[in-house]
Amino acid sequence: MPTITYAQALNDALREEMRVDPRVFLMGEDIGHHGGIFRVTRDLINEFGAERVRDTPISESGFVGLGIGAALAGMRPVVELLFMDFALVAADQIVNQAAKLRYMSGGTVSVPVVIRAQQGGGRGNGAQHSQSFESWFAQVPGLIVVAPSTPADAKGLLKSSIRAGNPVIFIEHKLLYNTKGEVPEEDYLLPIGKADIKRHGRDITIVSYSRTLLFVLEAAEKLAQQGIEAEVIDLRTIEPLDMDTILESIRGTGRLLVVHESHNNCGLGAEIITRVGEQAPDRLITPARRLGAKHVPIPVAEPLENAVLPQPDDIVHAVEAMF
Amino acid sequence: MPLTPERLQDAYRQMLVVRKFEETIRNLYQQGKIRGSFHPCVGQEGTAVGGCWALRKDDFMTCTYRGHGQAIAKGLSVRAAMAEMLGKVTGCSRGKGGSMHFTDPSVGLLGANAIVAAGIPHAAGAALASQLQKKDHVALAYFGEGAVNQGVFLETLNLASIWKLPLILVCENNRYSEMTPSHETTSNVETYKRASAFGLESTQIDGNDIEAVYSSVEKAAAKARSGGGPTYIEAMTYRLWGHMLGDPEIYRTKEEVAEARVNEPILRLGRRLIELGCKESDLARFDSEAEAAIADAVEFAESSPVPEPADAFTDVFI
Repeated sequence: MPTITYAQALNDALREEMRVDPRVFLMGEDIGHHGGIFRVTRDLINEFGAERVRDTPISESGFVGLGIGAALAGMRPVVELLFMDFALVAADQIVNQAAKLRYMSGGTVSVPVVIRAQQGGGRGNGAQHSQSFESWFAQVPGLIVVAPSTPADAKGLLKSSIRAGNPVIFIEHKLLYNTKGEVPEEDYLLPIGKADIKRHGRDITIVSYSRTLLFVLEAAEKLAQQGIEAEVIDLRTIEPLDMDTILESIRGTGRLLVVHESHNNCGLGAEIITRVGEQAPDRLITPARRLGAKHVPIPVAEPLENAVLPQPDDIVHAVEAMF
Repeated sequence: MPLTPERLQDAYRQMLVVRKFEETIRNLYQQGKIRGSFHPCVGQEGTAVGGCWALRKDDFMTCTYRGHGQAIAKGLSVRAAMAEMLGKVTGCSRGKGGSMHFTDPSVGLLGANAIVAAGIPHAAGAALASQLQKKDHVALAYFGEGAVNQGVFLETLNLASIWKLPLILVCENNRYSEMTPSHETTSNVETYKRASAFGLESTQIDGNDIEAVYSSVEKAAAKARSGGGPTYIEAMTYRLWGHMLGDPEIYRTKEEVAEARVNEPILRLGRRLIELGCKESDLARFDSEAEAAIADAVEFAESSPVPEPADAFTDVFI
């Protein structure tokens, strides 16, 4: 199995799907000859041409809307937003349109569009280029929300998202693109809605996804040196949420920490912990905790950004406080 | 090719069906049989029927919450439309969409939309799909002049122009954006001039003249089908009723509305048909036929079952 970057895994997924399905085409800013600012669409224009790898104006409502219309008419568009923050420019098209058209039509139309974007901080991009929106999207019935952390998961889930037949918000992270991992070369598909246990352990369950999943794994190694064995669950899909895997894990560990880069307020950590309380109130031996961004916009200077976003040591300390 | 006298008669009958549909909705609404809001298209039947009849059944169309007439003209069954208004399972959206979301992909109706201007890029996207698939379907977006100050309208004009999409943009300029005269809120209210600034071929026509609407859209569709790109048509019309049921209409005088009635599209086409040799008795017969079609739709809708509560949880995803 070759070792490739997260960006290359996405590129492979797009290329493979475009080869097998003529309905698949790409739209976004600078995705053609430039190959996308994070190079995810590199060279695809050479194989598929400018019609199917379509540079757009800086006009997110417009081209997301066209993607939705093309999907209604039988295509499988994959629309790239330069930064997830710009999804808010297209919020009407995503939330009022893509998510609802099928339902409002009584199931007579479908909207098989994938909206891809990178999000998150850690790079000093500032408050309008560093946000994490998965909790917002997960609040909207009609959207599937996917956030892979590894190159293999990125490939398998992007291919499945393109085939899903429903609107998918596909969340990448700007600091994952250059991470490497083994990725199957064959037609590799992963089921949407299935979490993955990235590390087994008996003492605490830590749930995370996207880039913070890597921080959690790093923290888990440090905790192991103290004799605390963490089980690390990578959600991979935010909506639908795989509660079964979480509930099964805490049956063994009795402790739960949820870690994410998005803000804590009304966030996914709150959601997961509430569901655990509703569905398995007796499994925890200590109250569950969450660790997310503190409630300020994301600043630029490194000490400030690190103070706001969860860091590996913050995870270690949060776990220590639960024992 | 212009509409033949026979087709003009049919168009007149279709316009009557639309008019009576709206009048009946008003009655049913006042009887408490309809939930939500209702934005009547009375006075705008010429743009609806003239535009949709110049398209093929497999061409795409999006419209607005004032789109009952357009949906019916594109081919949505009047029974399914009426049942949707009454929230029945036999409605075109099985009771989930209601007045503002009529959809029927089997006749190319990709959806009415309750967000002003939001359906315009959907028509453009359908046009893009047709272009990518090397098919000759065209797409038509209906919207009002109230939509031209929305960003996504302007964004779509740009995209349609640079990509030469097989798209027809039909602005129904009915002079009022919700409850405000459009000239008070719109710089350069002749909206076709905005489109020409984007390099689109654009024109302003009399939207109450169904023959003018038909021939403009037919020409635009032929151009789009042969790769000639998008066209913008501003069809001047007049909203005879308020923005929605219950609108006190303080923004205009009764005299203004009365004056506009003289020029409304159904009366006009009636006069034209008389010129072409129809008799008053023919027009009266068309009227009672339309009446009967609506009565049948009401009977169908009222006798249809309501959805089961469990139906609320289907149709989110495929």
